[in-house]
Amino acid sequence: MAEIRSNMAGSVWKILVSKGDKVHAGEDIIILESMKMEIPIAAEENGTITEVHVNEGDFVNDGDILAESE
Amino acid sequence: MLKKILIANRGEIAGRIIRTCSRLGIRTVAVYSEADQDAPYTKSADEAFLLGPPRVQESYLNAEKILEIAHEAQCDGIHPGYGFLSENADFAKRCREEGITFIGPSPDVISLMGKKVEARIAMEKAGLPLVPGISRSIKDADEAAELALQFGYPVMLKASAGGGGIGMQACSNEAELRKAYEGSQKRALMFFGNGDMFLEKLIENPRHIEIQVLADSHGNGMYLWERECSIQRRHQKVIEEAPSPFLDQETREEMGRAAIEAALKIGYTNAGTIEFIVDQDKKYYFLEMNTRLQVEHPITEEITGIDLVEEQIRVASGETLRLKQEEIPLEGHSIEARIYAEDPKTMLPSPGKITALDIPEGEGIRHELGVHSSSHVSHFYDPMIAKLVTTGKDRPEAIERMKEALAGYTVQGIKTNIPLLLEILHQEAFSAGDTTTEFIGKYLTNNSRVSS
Repeated sequence: MAEIRSNMAGSVWKILVSKGDKVHAGEDIIILESMKMEIPIAAEENGTITEVHVNEGDFVNDGDILAESE
Repeated sequence: MLKKILIANRGEIAGRIIRTCSRLGIRTVAVYSEADQDAPYTKSADEAFLLGPPRVQESYLNAEKILEIAHEAQCDGIHPGYGFLSENADFAKRCREEGITFIGPSPDVISLMGKKVEARIAMEKAGLPLVPGISRSIKDADEAAELALQFGYPVMLKASAGGGGIGMQACSNEAELRKAYEGSQKRALMFFGNGDMFLEKLIENPRHIEIQVLADSHGNGMYLWERECSIQRRHQKVIEEAPSPFLDQETREEMGRAAIEAALKIGYTNAGTIEFIVDQDKKYYFLEMNTRLQVEHPITEEITGIDLVEEQIRVASGETLRLKQEEIPLEGHSIEARIYAEDPKTMLPSPGKITALDIPEGEGIRHELGVHSSSHVSHFYDPMIAKLVTTGKDRPEAIERMKEALAGYTVQGIKTNIPLLLEILHQEAFSAGDTTTEFIGKYLTNNSRVSS
């Protein structure tokens, strides 16, 4: 199982995957927005999304778990 | 002259505009979002009005609410600062319709310069050289490859709707270009809902040098020398200086003349900036025109002794420019460092609460500060919290003062880019003036810091 974590404080701008989606390492999963910057968060491993923990518009902190895959 | 001005902005620039207004005896009205209730600029204005919730659409981009407040407070002018509504032609037009002076150029000129393709065409007609490229969107990857062959590699692939460095990619051969085309187009579609792509010849070892222009509504114009803004991260400026360490006086004057002539030809009024990319042989090409006050305007003020905000207000009030071109001073050297709330290693945003703030003071130091020692730096807005400007009799003195000032600058509670700024200033290449846009990627050791 892999945890996909936020690397900065900001809000969730776009969620590009849903539970059950297959993802490849390097594929953008979620786009965060903070201080006028859009920062895509990519999957680190190939796998299937088992959980998405956030909704668009949510505020997240650096290190928060955004989604999980296996 | 205008009597009461609403500042449709926040942070350091709102404070900076209020300062000039106060000196000129003009009353000021600040507007703020719920996230900025406590911001220093709301205290320095004569009056302050709440706009709404933190989100920019509900606050600083809420044109109708801003106009409503301007009426309520009986303002005769609106200064838009930079960002937000400053380059919004519709807002400038709405101000006009409401009988309020928008401090900036006409809505038509804002609109023209705001469109990448149209701006290029207009400025080429007005006599400015362009980087070889195409001014319409490309059909597909095959056409991109064909064009690249014509311009010669390397080329830069750009998303039409891109901005802030998103959707730009350098390609040094056809394989790279084809790969970049698919990726960038997908990204542009996802981010901006528009997949139109352009292609330009990539200028190697480029410098970003811009000319400050000023024109009144009676057909007079002048240029106030240049600013070199080549040190960038993610295509955003980090350190700027005036004059450029790269230009000679002849090129400086040639670029200045070309810029103001082009500005006058398109009917430009008020302060504006024409950005050029300059190659290693000092050939310059038009990039874009910013139809507003620039973030880095203080360094021009420092070397000319001219208050650009005052000139903006005078021009907007219908006055004629008071100086002639040959009377514009160019004295000493000035450097600006942008202090960003961001991780100096990853360059990612670092919003949060400031717990301590110790700022440098001394000869040749100017500080445009948007926060105080217990400010909450909101994730809703731009990460720039301050601009530190140092000026000296020459470049080495300005650099020394900047190094010293940054070393004595402490911000606690949030991360800032101050360590990165210091690292840049301590590079020999910086002292030597090898300040191309590739500086951060080329000279800073940590590879995670590649600038794009």
